[in-house]
Amino acid sequence: MGKTEEIVSQEYQYGFHDPENYVFKSGKGLNRGVVEELSRMKGEPDWMLEFRLRSLEIFEKRPMPKWGADLTGIDFDNIHYYVRPMDKQGRSWEEVPTDIKNTFDRLGIPEAERKFLAGVSAQYESEVVYHNIHKDLEAQGVIFTDTDTALREHPDLFRKYFGTIVPPEDNKFAALNSAVWSGGSFIWVPEGVKVDIPLQAYFRINTQNMGQFERTLIIAEPGSFVHYVEGCTAPTYSSDSLHSAVVEIIVQKGARVRYSTIQNWSNNVYNLVTKRAVAYEDATMEWIDGNLGSKVTMKYPAVYLMGPRAKGEVLSIAVAGPTQHQDAGAKIVHMAPDTTSTITSKSISRGGGNTTYRGLVHVAKGAERSKSKVNCDALIFDRESKSHTVPYIEINEENVSMEHEATVSKVSEEQLFYLMSRGLSEEQATQMIVMGFIEPFTKELPMEYAVELNRLIQMEMEGSVG
Amino acid sequence: MGNVLEIRDLHVQIDDKPILKGLNLTLKSGEIHALMGPNGSGKTTLSFTLMGHPRYEVTKGEVLLNGENVLEMAPDERARRGLFLAFQYPSEVAGVTVANFLRTALNSVRGTELSAWDFFELMQQKMNFLEMDESFAKRYLNEGFSGGEKKRNEMLQMLLLQPKFGILDETDSGLDIDALKVVSKGVNALRSEDFGALVITHYNRILRYIEPDVVHVMIDGRIERTGGKELSLELEEKGYDWIKEDVEAARGR
Repeated sequence: MGKTEEIVSQEYQYGFHDPENYVFKSGKGLNRGVVEELSRMKGEPDWMLEFRLRSLEIFEKRPMPKWGADLTGIDFDNIHYYVRPMDKQGRSWEEVPTDIKNTFDRLGIPEAERKFLAGVSAQYESEVVYHNIHKDLEAQGVIFTDTDTALREHPDLFRKYFGTIVPPEDNKFAALNSAVWSGGSFIWVPEGVKVDIPLQAYFRINTQNMGQFERTLIIAEPGSFVHYVEGCTAPTYSSDSLHSAVVEIIVQKGARVRYSTIQNWSNNVYNLVTKRAVAYEDATMEWIDGNLGSKVTMKYPAVYLMGPRAKGEVLSIAVAGPTQHQDAGAKIVHMAPDTTSTITSKSISRGGGNTTYRGLVHVAKGAERSKSKVNCDALIFDRESKSHTVPYIEINEENVSMEHEATVSKVSEEQLFYLMSRGLSEEQATQMIVMGFIEPFTKELPMEYAVELNRLIQMEMEGSVG
Repeated sequence: MGNVLEIRDLHVQIDDKPILKGLNLTLKSGEIHALMGPNGSGKTTLSFTLMGHPRYEVTKGEVLLNGENVLEMAPDERARRGLFLAFQYPSEVAGVTVANFLRTALNSVRGTELSAWDFFELMQQKMNFLEMDESFAKRYLNEGFSGGEKKRNEMLQMLLLQPKFGILDETDSGLDIDALKVVSKGVNALRSEDFGALVITHYNRILRYIEPDVVHVMIDGRIERTGGKELSLELEEKGYDWIKEDVEAARGR
């Protein structure tokens, strides 16, 4: 039985790319002119242009973060900030251009359609090109569209909530996104409506040196429920790409939102995402967050528990292979009494990969009887790989319950031997141990995503045994 | 079918410490051999070496399965060739259900994909036979299992995989009489012209339920006595010391 240290580099499975075919592509680099041009081409109202320009100023003033992962490799002058692949959105599958269809075919999008999934909102480049809302959703009054369309068609609703959860002042990359955002999903669920099928979007980067800055806004009115699923996979390119998204979610009284993500960026992408939700009285917010691939990921889904008995949950996995750093975690802020939160973080490091759990649990004065439970489990493959746990806990109230547990384990020789003695190859045995390790995560995913995640992780693990 | 497992002059060390010092044993299908010996005589080393544990280093000798050199094979290949080791302390694997594990193992050993339905039926049949509750299949592999549950699980695997040779490493240790009966039932169910077993044990107890054809006594890395069932009864009565003394005298200590 060999050691698990020798890594055979695997070609990135989704590393195909189609010939570039664009209606408009901005030059590299960022300045006022690029932002003005972008906003003009989109035909946006003045307030949005002003918002963008103000955000640009904040972005330019803010220094790079001094904490977390190493971001020195980002060259902001070497990125395209806006690419629009075609003139208008495809209304039906037939209208989508063939090469774009080919890309989706290889990602299994039409299959998802055939399985009667909900509206598929697939972001190809910076703008949503294909978008199909299930008729049942329309009948229920649910709005599920791309964010640009929402700005045009639902201006009042949009303006009421946009930028209220993650303002541009929040951090440098939120400011960057606010200045150049394009695409993303907009969901509004009316009071009392429970959407019983997951809403899905598929994101994909396809231009070399192209930044992707989608912006997602979800509003769940009182007593409603929605599950939004986002999966990402990008082709491989030689120079670095930047993905910097912002997700804002408002969970009104008694509503519940679940947001599931599987991201599998290619190994040169900087993935810097600000995800934040506010949950009001008796509301529940759940982030299910899977991070594979990318060069660097920094992502800490947050829940602000604003009303009594609100619940927040963050369940995440991070897989870091050679040259990758996954700096991921969670942030929960207890602002009201009897609020509860659970953070479960699972990380896998192999072949010199580096994972960090970075989490904050904050209990504000007055958030009496709050409860929080944090679980961090790390699985490490070899001596070259690293895992760190950086938990911050700030408690300003006496009567609270706080639990934190962290475990670090290795793929043990005994486990491998046991499984192999039953006929499993070393690779199969390793995969089985890894699948078991992340099982608490996969069991929360819709079936087809769980299958896809397992396949992606199997691909990640291929060649990880010598 | 006549299968033969031959162990010839086997020398094994772990971390440079010699444990097996020239062990010879031939096991044929249709036979059940008991291997008895005091703690530290090398019983577990033998079972792990036969299955290919990477920490056990063979310095001399050979192990042949129907004439083929087993020592060159990885553990999974040995399993596919028909060797099975029932572990004394089977590993826990969190998040992997017994059913998922068994199905993967069975497909690997058979080299063909059994349909989910056929597998499920087969598994249920074996579980019923071993008096195991249905809920067992959904539990995570060995996680939180009692000693008895772990051993039943090992027997379940052996019944499903149907090896040519089963090696039971102190499967009886720590079992109550009911569990011991169930485990023995598993071995006896496989007992046929196509199956041979090496039942490694410290005590005579299990041999009341699994009747051995041959009994070996292992002392300090070698087999020092071989006999019939009566040898195990003698050991029960007199312990191992009398053989140890004989051995030491013979080795001139």
